[in-house]
Amino acid sequence: MTLQDIIQQLDLTVLTQQKDFSAIAPASGYASDLLSCVMAGAKRKSIWVTLQAHANIVAVAALLDLSAVIVTEGALPDPSAIVKANEEGIVLLSTPRPTFEIVGRLWEMGLRTE
Amino acid sequence: MNGAMSEGPIRTDRVITDGAAGLITRVEELAYELKVHEVMTSPVKTVTPDMRMSEVLVLFRDAKVSGAPVVAHGDLVGIVSIADLIRALQENNTDAAVSEYMTMQVTTLEASSPVIEALKLFKTTRVGRLPVVDQAGKLVGIITKGDITRGVLRALENDYQEEEVRKYRASHLFEDIVSDRTSLILRYRIKQGDFAHGGNASSHIKRALLRLGASPQIARRCGIAIYEAEMNLIIHTTNGGTIRVEIEPHQILMETIDDGPGIEDIDLAMTPGYSTAPDSVRELGFGAGMGLKNIQRCVDDMYIDSTVGRGTRLEMRIFMKPEEQLGDANSTGEWAARAGAARAAAREAAREKETIP
Repeated sequence: MTLQDIIQQLDLTVLTQQKDFSAIAPASGYASDLLSCVMAGAKRKSIWVTLQAHANIVAVAALLDLSAVIVTEGALPDPSAIVKANEEGIVLLSTPRPTFEIVGRLWEMGLRTE
Repeated sequence: MNGAMSEGPIRTDRVITDGAAGLITRVEELAYELKVHEVMTSPVKTVTPDMRMSEVLVLFRDAKVSGAPVVAHGDLVGIVSIADLIRALQENNTDAAVSEYMTMQVTTLEASSPVIEALKLFKTTRVGRLPVVDQAGKLVGIITKGDITRGVLRALENDYQEEEVRKYRASHLFEDIVSDRTSLILRYRIKQGDFAHGGNASSHIKRALLRLGASPQIARRCGIAIYEAEMNLIIHTTNGGTIRVEIEPHQILMETIDDGPGIEDIDLAMTPGYSTAPDSVRELGFGAGMGLKNIQRCVDDMYIDSTVGRGTRLEMRIFMKPEEQLGDANSTGEWAARAGAARAAAREAAREKETIP
């Protein structure tokens, strides 16, 4: 499963610059809004689902080499976060759906906690 | 093109590594990043509407171009290509004026547009070249698919070379500088409450370690530990603090120092889930009470010294295994011995600290 499939099936909005999402294959998934838990729990190349939208999610994603961050409930990262994400090569995605639903659908698509 | 390109470091015998595979998607990124004016040909050879087609022939032959914008009184009025010239030749009418054969409806491109716009236009209009104009509509250059290919290759080479050169320089630092014991010290000043820059120091440290030749695992462990420590300075201190990282081939020592308020009960602070963070900070997702625990998990040795009212010093150490050491592998024997000794000394120090009442 590639990031392209996930973006299409979950109808996610890409907030950062376009790239070849079909070349990115997330290895696992993780969901939490507590950054320290993400630091402890998210695996490399995983997808992180959160409703946090401030610039620090980019720092966390970059330090952990995450594949992408899905920001739920329509929370919109501020422009500085998006600029930073582009600099760090982090993919930021957005959805109006709640975390529970996004995680459920990712699980249905076959993504696991590794 | 020949001269400039063949001297470049593009090699076809290179095995496709992860890094090279990354470059493939980088090409697509570059199509958005690079601007038309960065890759276009400028200045551009132009012709006037009253020039004869025979003069266009001479220009095309001498300048080795296959098309040229037609400009009258500074304004772009058309474009003439080699196809138009062939038509004139077939009709044996090379004495005719350019205005008779030129294409009048010209699609133009703005100089500040990303290259992807040029690619889209080439696809939809099926023309071979597009005149480039500035915001005032004045002709500033011309772009062909060849210009884009060259521009992208040049940018890729720059990217690749810059990072390779940086890595090369940094990874040889420890061999190039001779001393009995060389270390590199990085210092960062962290401001209290500066969430906007939270994680910047950790990102820079992680990148520095990768350039110095650290394994991704070591860089990641350091990155996580220092991020937590950095956020502690931002969230919990009175006046912010300092991060100091001392890098040696066999070990990394990371320290944060602040001048208050100090930790009342270190054991309690180490308890997972315990946090003194205010609600405003928790709403941002910090203050999970996991920070110090995460640090402990990532480093080989950790020590906190804190006095209420005076401040806190947090010391974190990572020891590299022989195969993980920075710098030249030839001297690993010596470094391994040193790392072993450092580990033993740290254990000893930790025991001493534990026995202090």
